[in-house]
Amino acid sequence: MPETSSNPKTYLGVPVHRPKVAFFELSSCEGCQLQLLNNEATLLDFLALVEVVRFREGMTGGTDDYEIAFVEGSITRQDEEERLRSIRKTARVLVAFGSCACFGGVNQLKNRFSLDQVKKEVYGDHPVDTDYARPLEAVVPVDLRIYGCPVKKEEVEKIVTRIALGSEVVHPRYPVCMECKANGNICLFELGEPCLGPITRAGCDSWCPSNRAGCWGCRGPADDMNILQMVSIMEKYGFSRETIVDRLECFGGFTGHMETFRDAAGIQEKGLKP
Amino acid sequence: MKVTCNIDVHHLTRVEGHGNIKISIKEGRLEQATWEVVETPRFFEALLVGKKWDNAPWICGRICGICSIGHTLASIRAIENAFGMVPSEQTRKLRLLLKHMETLQSHVLHLYFLAAPDFLNVGSVFPLINSHPEVVRMAARLKLLANDICDCVGGRRLHPTRTVVGGFTMLPEKAELAMFRKRLLEAIKDLYATADIFRTFSLPDFVRETEFVSLKGEGAYPFIGGDLVSTDGVVRKESEYRQMTNEYLVAQSTSKWSKLSRDSFAVGALARVNNNFVFLETAAKEVAASFGLQPVNHNPYMNNIAQLVESVQVVLEAVALIDELLGSAWDAPREQVMPREGFGVGAVEVPRGILYHAYEFDATGHIIRCDCVIPTSQNHANIQHDLSALAGKFAAEGMQDRNLELLAEMLVRSYDPCISCSVH
Repeated sequence: MPETSSNPKTYLGVPVHRPKVAFFELSSCEGCQLQLLNNEATLLDFLALVEVVRFREGMTGGTDDYEIAFVEGSITRQDEEERLRSIRKTARVLVAFGSCACFGGVNQLKNRFSLDQVKKEVYGDHPVDTDYARPLEAVVPVDLRIYGCPVKKEEVEKIVTRIALGSEVVHPRYPVCMECKANGNICLFELGEPCLGPITRAGCDSWCPSNRAGCWGCRGPADDMNILQMVSIMEKYGFSRETIVDRLECFGGFTGHMETFRDAAGIQEKGLKP
Repeated sequence: MKVTCNIDVHHLTRVEGHGNIKISIKEGRLEQATWEVVETPRFFEALLVGKKWDNAPWICGRICGICSIGHTLASIRAIENAFGMVPSEQTRKLRLLLKHMETLQSHVLHLYFLAAPDFLNVGSVFPLINSHPEVVRMAARLKLLANDICDCVGGRRLHPTRTVVGGFTMLPEKAELAMFRKRLLEAIKDLYATADIFRTFSLPDFVRETEFVSLKGEGAYPFIGGDLVSTDGVVRKESEYRQMTNEYLVAQSTSKWSKLSRDSFAVGALARVNNNFVFLETAAKEVAASFGLQPVNHNPYMNNIAQLVESVQVVLEAVALIDELLGSAWDAPREQVMPREGFGVGAVEVPRGILYHAYEFDATGHIIRCDCVIPTSQNHANIQHDLSALAGKFAAEGMQDRNLELLAEMLVRSYDPCISCSVH
């Protein structure tokens, strides 16, 4: 049975502060929030650790008296910018929750085109309001990032526990490749499958490669990764530059490195056909 | 007493995505009732243009955080149809098993976490953890089972990893499937107990004659591919989905709307049950009968019950599918893909109704055009018409604003809308 505020949770006999948390979503599939409800086995323990005061997708009512705000999604319209600024004012800790919030996610693939082009393609001449997709940190300071598309529930629980205990949250500095090797997988390059495991930040326990699906870089770059070295390895294995670009640009985590890559590879951006 | 009131629900709760309900009543007469969709568009159909075929299932699955498996499978089917590929029997069975478990997890999520709190007069499932611990544990058990099987077959419950054009990257362990079979048999008891609980709820008494659209069953309750049918007698081929959906744009919504023979139509569990009742398993039919659900039922709140009926259906079908899979040796998991120029459509019954993905490819397998028609976008016009009729009826009967607001919210929730998906 979950604890109430008057009956605080203890950890090793020491009372632990049960933080008030709120969940918000901007442009997204809302899947990262649902990962919490997808946590059937440990959901009740999780609810004992934090007090959920706002979670529109799962609850009616609530308060704006929260300390930690988990914000999912990227910013693609003016009103989202305003919502995010107001959340930032209330929250002591603002968490960018998932790839869309951290990097723009798949939404930022539309930034390859002009806004007029994408509007025309989907809505014709019907008026519709949209901006280029941006991560949260383009608008407000972000205190903490939880990576992944989707976020991994075990990692979310670990991070939330650390926040509740007041300890520092440290992400792995090494790439997914390390976890994949530790899991004893055959290297996907040997199976003819492209993979960004050598350059993507670990923490997912090589979720996709362990299922024989190559990494698409949803967690963004590992510290000290070498993108050009990875490209030369992938080219050695016969993967086309287009295949590499598709993966690098999919979630937006490598946006800051694309220029280096494109310059070295001599690749031009593709646009919508006229 | 003649009621005058204004109802303004900004960002309706316990639904996926962002929508508003506005109702205005003056002296018992309805002045306006509006279902607004204010979700930001993400432009999936534009951002895929120029991308190679293998990007589509991976990216399109991310249209939705609840039915990512359905989107992935619709995308794969559209691509396979465009390239002239026919999935193997083994792939077909594994995909259907995966699809069934997404349906179960989504229906259980909706019935217990999103819909039930209204009938129990609470704001969310959270207070029920204390007041009805056994019930919450049962809901969690059902959802966990469905999600565990999705992990086992699809690699991941949300945004699956193993599902690819041509088959699967990896196959499940047979010993695991055998273990899940046992848990599925246990789950049937939980679903009967769920039916007992829902029979104690009183569904609002509201009926509006509606056209219902779904896949057309051919010997079985349909989930993946085949002809399209409506209760008004329209039948179309999968490739003619545009004549079934007729999308258009309206000012009150960032999602497109659809219509067919009337001003609006409905898709979803109730539409499937209405069109394909004869193909339900006996046990599922019995659950339907215990709620007085028989075709064609025009009460939108009955969609909740139709989801429960389908939960029984998919569990029974999943047991049979596992038996078939365990009864034969594994074939190769995946077939070679040969891209070609062409157009392909994939129609899949996802939890909220029929979903279409369509792609046009050039000779190198690059996407020239992409079109996704989402179940909830097909339902928006029908929600609007239901809402107007509901508000008009109950305003005339003198219902007080708080009660009407709740009924209006429950109406929209009955459709289990996936709003961000509908705007995509």
